[in-house]
This record gives sequence, C-alpha cells and structure tokens, in this order.
Amino acid sequence: MKVLAAMSGGVDSAVAAARAVEQGHEVVGVHLALSRMPGTLRTGSRGCCTIEDSMDAQRAANLLGIPFYVWDFSERFKLDVVDDFISEYESGRTPNPCMRCNERIKFAALLEKGLALGFDAICTGHYASILTDDEGNLELHRSLAVAKDQSYVLGVLTSEQLKHAMFPIGASASKDDIRAEAGARGLSVAQKPDSYDICFIPEGDTQDWLADRLGSTAGEIVDMDGNVLGQHQGAHGFTVGQRKGLSIGKPAVDGKPRYVLAVDVKSNKVVVGPAKALAVKELVGSKFTWCGKPKANAEEFFDALVQVRAHGEQVACQVSVTDEQMVIKLEEPILGVAPGQTAVIYLGSRVLAQTTIDSTVSAVDDFSTASASISQSVNSAV
Amino acid sequence: MTIYLDYAATTPIRPEVLECYVENLKTLGNPSSVHSAGQKVRRALEEAREELASSVNCDRNEVIFTAGGTESNNLAIKGLFWKQRDSDSKKNLIISAGTEHHAVIDPIEWLEQHEGAEVIWLKVNSDGALDFQELETLLELRSQEVALISLMWANNETGIITDIKKVTELASNYSIPVHSDAVAAFGHIETSFKNSGLTAMSISAHKVGGPVGVGALIVARSAKLVSLTHGGGQERGLRAGTMNAPAAKAFALAASKAIEELHAESARLQALRDSLISKVQASAPNAKLTGGASFRMPHNAHFIFEGCSGDSLLFLLDQQGIEVSTGSACQAGVNGPSHVLVAMGRSIPEAYGCIRVTLGSDSTEDDVNAFVNAIPKAIEGALKAGIVNTGAN
Repeated sequence: MKVLAAMSGGVDSAVAAARAVEQGHEVVGVHLALSRMPGTLRTGSRGCCTIEDSMDAQRAANLLGIPFYVWDFSERFKLDVVDDFISEYESGRTPNPCMRCNERIKFAALLEKGLALGFDAICTGHYASILTDDEGNLELHRSLAVAKDQSYVLGVLTSEQLKHAMFPIGASASKDDIRAEAGARGLSVAQKPDSYDICFIPEGDTQDWLADRLGSTAGEIVDMDGNVLGQHQGAHGFTVGQRKGLSIGKPAVDGKPRYVLAVDVKSNKVVVGPAKALAVKELVGSKFTWCGKPKANAEEFFDALVQVRAHGEQVACQVSVTDEQMVIKLEEPILGVAPGQTAVIYLGSRVLAQTTIDSTVSAVDDFSTASASISQSVNSAV
Repeated sequence: MTIYLDYAATTPIRPEVLECYVENLKTLGNPSSVHSAGQKVRRALEEAREELASSVNCDRNEVIFTAGGTESNNLAIKGLFWKQRDSDSKKNLIISAGTEHHAVIDPIEWLEQHEGAEVIWLKVNSDGALDFQELETLLELRSQEVALISLMWANNETGIITDIKKVTELASNYSIPVHSDAVAAFGHIETSFKNSGLTAMSISAHKVGGPVGVGALIVARSAKLVSLTHGGGQERGLRAGTMNAPAAKAFALAASKAIEELHAESARLQALRDSLISKVQASAPNAKLTGGASFRMPHNAHFIFEGCSGDSLLFLLDQQGIEVSTGSACQAGVNGPSHVLVAMGRSIPEAYGCIRVTLGSDSTEDDVNAFVNAIPKAIEGALKAGIVNTGAN
C-alpha cells in the first residue's frame, strides 16, 4: 500500500512510520503545519507544531529512508479546531480539540488530500487497534497498552475512515516498549517527553488563553439556591467539575470543597455546589456517529460501556440510539460531565459509536430543584 | 534518476571550483597573521577579491566578503540605515517593495520594530513591475527623510527584473543611497556595479556554481556603513571575523566562469526556457505564466496552476523524479502562500498554486521534456487534492 505517515515529531508517530516501512508499505512522511505563524506555538519539545517538532519528524523520516514533506493545514486547523474550541467555550460547553483534529484534519482534510495524491491510507501514532470481524467489517478497538489507549479520541472515525487508517503501535503493550523500540532503531526522539496540553495554547493556561480571545466580563458565582458567593471574570472560562480557581472567599457551610456544577454564559453565571451534586445518571446527545458497523436494533436499550473523557474510566451503561438522539443511562453515576464533551460507547474493547453530549440528568434526587435549575442553565447555554 | 530544475535555489558546484576550494582549504595560515603562512593566505584572499571585483566590475576595495546573500543584505540595510540616521536624525524612512526576498523584508521589518524606522513598500503591478511614478513622487515629497532604498535586481521567485539603473538615477537627484539584492541576477544577466549607480549590492556564490556559505556585499568606496559585527576590524571594518580565503577563492573562480559564459549560457537557457513555457502552456490549459510582459531572467519560468496547491504539485513531481520549487519556503519547510504573488495582487489560492522552474548548467531539452511530460499527471492529482488553504480565514 501507499501509506502517508503523519509524523508529529514525537516518538509514537516515528515508530508507527517505522513499522509501516517494515511491513513493506511504500511510506511517505508528512508533518502538518498547524499554526498560522509557524514557530509561534510552544517552544521546546512540549508537544507538536513547533519548528523543533518538524525537524524531529524530518530526522526520523531521514533515518527511515522515506521522503518527507511539510504540508500547511493551518487554515483548516484554525477554522475546524481552534475556532470551534473557542465557540464551544463561548457557548458554555467543553470541547475536545484532539477529537476535532482527528475528525476534521487528520482523517478528513489530510486523508482526502492523501487519497487524491494516490495514497491508500494514513498512518498515525495513535494507541488503538483496527481489527476485522467475522464478516470482514473493520472495527476500532482499544490498544493493548491500556494506560495509553487513545481509542476515545478516535471514536469519531466512520467505517470509511477506518478503511484508510493504520495504527501500527496499537498492538504494543506499553509506551516504554515504544520508547525502547525507538531507541533500538536509533530514532533520536526515543526519549522525547510526551505532550499533554492543548497544542495551540502556548502556555498551557486555557482560562487565560480564552480570556484573551473572548474578553472578560465580571459575573456572579452562585450556589444552587441562587445565593451569590463570589465574582468571576467570564463564565466561559469555567468548565463543569472544575474545583480550582473559583476564588470564593467564604467556605461552604459543610466545610467541603465546591465545584462548578453548571456554566450559563447567557446570564454569565457560574453555579457551584458540593461534589455529590456533580453526579449525573443520564447523558443525551443529538449529534452522533457509528464507528464501524452500526448496532442492529439500536433503538432498544442495549448493554454497553461509556467513556466521557480521554483518560477517564469506562462506566457500564444502557444505550439507545434513534434517528434523533443517543440516550445513555449510566449504571453508576459519573461526576462532572459537561455539555460539549464526547461520550464514546464501547462494546467490550470495541468502539461502537460516539456522541457530543448536549444535556445530562442529575443522579441526585435531593437536588431535584437545584438540578432542574442547573439543567435549565445548561440547556439555555446549548 | 532525478531531474533538477531548481537552479535558483542552488547550483551544482563547478568541478574546477571544487578543486580550487579543496586546494585552498589545505593551505595553513590566517590571512591576518604577519608571518609567511599568513601572508600566503592573505595573498590568495586578495587575489580572490581582485578576481571577483573584475567579474562584478567594481574596485577591489569595494568587495566585502560575507557568509552569503542574507548577511550581505542585513549589512547593507542595517549598516546604511544606522549610518544615515546617525548623520541626520530625520533620515528614518526606508523604501523597498513587497516582492523582495525575506532576507531584505525581514531586516527592514526588524528596523521598523526595533529602531522605529518608517517603511514604505512600493507597489508593483500584477506583472510584478515596479511603480516608478510612485517612487518618483515619494522622492519629490520626502527625499530629506529617506535613509535608503533597497530594491532587488531580479526576483528570486518570478525572475522579474527591475530597472535598477532607473532607480539609482531617480535617487541620485537627492543623493539617496540605493542597495540592491542582486543574488538572483548576478552571473546570469549583466550586473555591472560601476554602471549601476548603486551604493551597495549583495551577491552569493552558490547561485553561480560556487560553494554555499560565502557571498559578498559590494560597497561603493564613497559609502559609509555601520558594521554589524565587531572584533578584528577585517574587511574595511565592516565584517569582523577571520576571512574565509578558500571560500573567497572558490567564489571568485565560480563568478569569473559564470561571467565568461554569461552571454552564451543565457541565450542557451532562454531558448530552452521559452520552449518549456510554450510546451507547458500547450499541455496545461490552467497554467498561467507569471509576469506576463515583464522582463524576466532567462532561466526562469514561473507558473500559477489554477485550482492546484503548490505543495501537491511539488509532491507529485518529486514522486516522478522532478525537482522544482514553489519558490517560497519558511524555515519549517512549510509551503506558505508566495508573498511575492500576494504583493503582485494575486489571490491567496493563486499564491499557493505556483511552481518555479529554473534551468542551469546541466539542463537539456530532455529535462524540459521530462517536466512537460510529467506536469499533466501532476496537475490532475493536484486538482483532485484541491486547495486546503483558501485565504478565506
């Protein structure tokens, strides 16, 4: 196959490309330039998108003996990922930009360009596996390295995208194995630190970065009964489940920490309360996709597992999918789920589907009045 | 086998130049040393200076060896600006054009940001020709404020040539120093320094069959510049640091060979280039030759392929073993929109969709035919891949 290896400059994508070469594919390395002003993103080797990363990717490609190019996707990245991130926060939601990048850049814009230029597949350094079922349908599964599993952020891939995707490191047991392999192959990125933060936020301070773009307007921090507890500088800087940075002078009556329960950007209010009020028992999303073959009779509730954040725990649930929406009833409550987050549905280790969460239902009956008002706040923000 | 059609990026080193370079690298001695070894290397350096002066048509004292075109441009622009402003604080205006190489644009913007310089970028028309009327009017109105004018002799991307003589004639009425980045022009078309009326002119060895890492700034004896480096006071006090005699020798030899062959070679390349242009236009209906009626470098053909992205074309041609350029690359290797085409008023998709083909010493009709044969398939793929960056954002 002609394979386009997306090389970020990190160790995972370098080893993925190396394995693709070893499997006998005709591999070409490509680094995506995603910043409008290359070199102005993070400096050092904290993630991807810096000049240093581009050079690291090129050195890895040189060592593998494959051609290497840098392609400019900065405009698409800004439109589809950065602007989306800002507008989601502006609406009081919590987006996952890595997911959007996979959905719209790596396995959309890049894939389309690759296919047009004669490639058969895109190879990336994601920790996930593509398996084939008995009928020959492609399925996305969790990686063998559970701690590094990235199937969650790939949950947006459709059957068509899976056909043209390759994740050669999904079958590795751990990141240490990948680093060891990179070292053995003589790749200089073997010990390069992992990237953690959002690549387009240079200092890693999302709240500050958002305030620069969305401005700051003072608003109230209120409890579930509407009592004003403090002030904030813009509701869009907060996310459900957040504990730090609330700056409430007065402690809670029970002395326990308070968390953001809801963000209402319309009234510029942030609702806070105790941890237990964060518990939700149901998630609902209207925008969803199947990852691989859809489940038959999905409108009837079926047993599954759900994960709501990149490195979160999976929780048993019952799922029903109709034309209009996906409803996820949780077997046990999850704390702090924000609208805008993605719920990825698993059947065992297989990724079945994903939806962007529009609303949640509180798990705590005692807070019925409060949760109604929270739910109202949330809905008004959606 | 690959076919190299990117001579404007760099040229193969001439075998006799390589030999001369290697021989001189073997010679021990610092040209500033007083003993015999030092004197021997000094002699080689000064021979190189004289030989290069003869190729450039300038006085031997006017040759300041540097590490290349970018350094020469920085020295000329910053050195002239600072000296001019030191002598008269009113002189704070730099005149240049948006089609210049980044090695000119960036030092000027640096002076704007760090030294409070005012900059006026002259307009060019859609064929890349300079608006002389604008320059004339500007000089009439603000000549007292102008520290320098910097305009390139030939554009490195489009190959479009500027009438430098006309610029210096206008500037001489007001005694304004003029610098020209002649890196793309020198050795390929006539660039006599003496006849040009220039104050300073940048040239580089690796564009004329010499090694990378050596160039020169030709500085009129009457000109005054501030040095950017301070140390041993070498090169008329304008470029401190041990002089690179072997590279200077190699540069001088490459330049003299290029000048010797200039007429015959430019005629040969122009014929090849014209054949390439007509064949491309016959086989690719979406190919637009940049520059239209403008006077262009004999070895340069620059096209906009409508609906294509330059990096797709470059990739597909590279896959077929044909090496061309999109003309503009930043240090991360990103193929951005050509700022030259943007300055010419072209759209962003057009500025992303250009390919520069430049011919040189080893180019033959077979190379031209190989490019012409490869381009339809490349265009087909690139049209399918479309344009990722539209400038809409």
